[in-house]
Amino acid sequence: MQRVINRIVIMALAGAIACKKSVPDRTAGLPALNPATEDLNAGNWKPVLLSRPDSFAVAAPSATNSPLYTADLNEIKAYQANLSGDMQAQIKYWGAGGVLRWNEIMLGLMAKYNLPPYQNPDGSYPIPSSANPFAYPLFPFSNPPYAARALAYVSAAQYDALVACWHYKTLYNRPAPYQVDSTIKALAGKHNLPSYPSEGAVVAGVTAEMMQLFFPDEIASIQEKLEQQEQSLIASGAATRSDIKAGEALGRQVAEVFIARGRADNAGKAGGSPTNWAAFVTTAQSRSQTPWLSLETPLRPPMLPLFGNVKGFLCDSATIVSLRPGPPPSTSSADMNAAVLAAYNTVTHATREQMRIVQFWADGVGTYTPPGHWDAIADADFINQNYSEVRWARNLALLNMAEMDAAISCWDIKYFYFNPRPTQMDPRIKTLTGVPNFPSYVSGHSMFSAAAATVLGHILPSRATAYMSMAQEAANSRVYAGIHYQVDCTVGLTVGQNVGNYAVQRAQKDGAE
Amino acid sequence: MRRGLLYPALLLLMPAVLRAQTDADGVMMSKYNACVGASYGFGSWNEYWEGTYHRNNQNLGTVSTQMVGIMGIYGISRKVNVVVGAPYIWTHSTAGTLHGQRGFQDLSAWLKWRVLEQNTDVGALSVFALGGASVPMTNYIADYLPLSIGLQSRTLSARLTADYRQRHFFVTLSGTYTWRSNITIDRNSYYTTSLHLTDQVDMPNMASEMFRVGYRDGDWWVAEAVVSNMNTLGGFDIRKNDMPFPSNKMNATMVGAHVKHTLRSVDGLSVDLDGGYTVAGRNVGQSVMFDAGIFYVLHFSKKAMKHSSDQHSTSTSTN
Repeated sequence: MQRVINRIVIMALAGAIACKKSVPDRTAGLPALNPATEDLNAGNWKPVLLSRPDSFAVAAPSATNSPLYTADLNEIKAYQANLSGDMQAQIKYWGAGGVLRWNEIMLGLMAKYNLPPYQNPDGSYPIPSSANPFAYPLFPFSNPPYAARALAYVSAAQYDALVACWHYKTLYNRPAPYQVDSTIKALAGKHNLPSYPSEGAVVAGVTAEMMQLFFPDEIASIQEKLEQQEQSLIASGAATRSDIKAGEALGRQVAEVFIARGRADNAGKAGGSPTNWAAFVTTAQSRSQTPWLSLETPLRPPMLPLFGNVKGFLCDSATIVSLRPGPPPSTSSADMNAAVLAAYNTVTHATREQMRIVQFWADGVGTYTPPGHWDAIADADFINQNYSEVRWARNLALLNMAEMDAAISCWDIKYFYFNPRPTQMDPRIKTLTGVPNFPSYVSGHSMFSAAAATVLGHILPSRATAYMSMAQEAANSRVYAGIHYQVDCTVGLTVGQNVGNYAVQRAQKDGAE
Repeated sequence: MRRGLLYPALLLLMPAVLRAQTDADGVMMSKYNACVGASYGFGSWNEYWEGTYHRNNQNLGTVSTQMVGIMGIYGISRKVNVVVGAPYIWTHSTAGTLHGQRGFQDLSAWLKWRVLEQNTDVGALSVFALGGASVPMTNYIADYLPLSIGLQSRTLSARLTADYRQRHFFVTLSGTYTWRSNITIDRNSYYTTSLHLTDQVDMPNMASEMFRVGYRDGDWWVAEAVVSNMNTLGGFDIRKNDMPFPSNKMNATMVGAHVKHTLRSVDGLSVDLDGGYTVAGRNVGQSVMFDAGIFYVLHFSKKAMKHSSDQHSTSTSTN
């Protein structure tokens, strides 16, 4: 019996010491951002919404020989005299770049809130409401159009705020704390960028302020992140308390401009009404087309059917109409029958490699959606480019404005044609990922991907071919999955490139190239 | 002998190795005897626990898992047996649009060692220590729940089993700890309770317990009731209307029954039937399942051959 007890003890010990297999993110442990150039002329770059870089006044900072500034330095010295392990980790984390880290935080929020509401007992669906936060269904349902728009606003606001920030940096030219006082260590890298106002605090302030529009339940959690970042900026010796305060205030003011636009860009009306929903059906029927029907039980109203009316950053409403391609094959045509049969044959013969591609690009429920996926792709490449914070923000703003306008154009096309999914035409078609609850033509994945690949290919020409083949693979994934007909993806890629080109045109004229 | 080893994923997401009943029992093969078998299993559910919320889903309907498996047991010695199994699994849902999956799941093996055997006038106590391992046989998709056929994790398990028999009645208790390796999924980000920017998934370890009580005459019949419980030591809940994920906190409590009969007409041939029902769970389907198997004992030792009529596949004799 003693042997048995021994064995029990050995097993218990083995269990206790079983190694913890935690998995790091691929952007954990990045080195501190070390810009190849400070982009000191960025105060002259063209903002998105601000009419001038000094639309919001930033008071001149106190002199570096003033008692106020000495007090600022003493705060830094106090932190550096007694750096906790946690603070060192924060310095390392935020040191990789504020725009990058806030983009990753945004991607996390998009995934967290990307859940379709659960039905009511009577089979209807509750609609998330920003007027009723903290109640189920949580606001927002961060589906692809919503996520694309949130990313565009946050990125464009960060960019405008940093253009203003760079304007004041060069205007006041206050050196970084570690350049004023050699006893202060530069724990997040040394730069020649003037430190007032703090670019990190600008990004934190603008992003935190945007939460009231996009993720109102997260205001408190984002405020915590803001405080962590600001504290780490001070403790790292990169910025003083006064640099931080001025930066955060500037960021929040710029955000208000974007919030005001966001409240009036028609997104609030994108859900439509039962009357709108019925009109799509009768319009399709009047053209002798089988109208799209939800494949969910209970029937779920179509996702954001009036999102095509949202005001884009790059394309006005006339441009959105001009982007519309010709119609898909008529639902009663031989071409359509052939397309349905092809969809059936493809999904029933899917290879493991095709299934991998489907899963890789699925970006469905509970994920950061296709626009978020392309941000993650951009982040991974931008990390290697040693961009300044303002150039990081500019490039992500171009990408995300293209993604938002791709969403607007795509949703306009989807509801203009109101075309059924393959599974609606032939219920034998079982799909390799969830079928999105909106019409088929054209493919959103194809549009998002081609628009992103076009912008990113302009920013990083050496990767242009790679981006376009990724976009092609993303488009193919929807055909392999049985979600789309081939034509949805072929046409979607073309229209997506057209949208992306509007961002390229902006990039060529914004003063950053 | 049980085909329980092959029970695997019949309960939505349960790894094969945890259902390895053969090694929850108090029975051993004789030295040099081998037993081979085949079984068919069916499990289905139309309600499941999304976290702790019990619900149905009209976009899944009834989710079923079917399995055919082969397994083998070999008596290395009277005290040490090795058990291996390999299941082929296919999944289906009756509603919604999701495509079922099929394929070979995980190869599993157990080494079962009787560390203590104490016979008295009153009864017999045996204690077994077991080590198990499982490894995926194919590159099936783990991240496609609830229709994936398995979780892709490689596992190592340690189990302690105690069996007490008095005349023809017995009770068996066992406890298992299972270590699970991280898995690699096809996408490179996922959300648990926060966003992860990686294709690697940390799979929490598991613990399970089993209680069995019944009749065992040593020759022809085994009939028993089984209560089992498994817990994921970590993991997270499926959020409302979210998709399940391989590293969810999957817990289940099941009750079931098992009958095995060794045929008198054909030497070495036995059949068995097993059924179970999930009475409580978390992030799993409320499965009802059964399986049926047929097994044949091969006698490789003359001694075993000679004693086959009274030994059959089991040797919990009191000699």
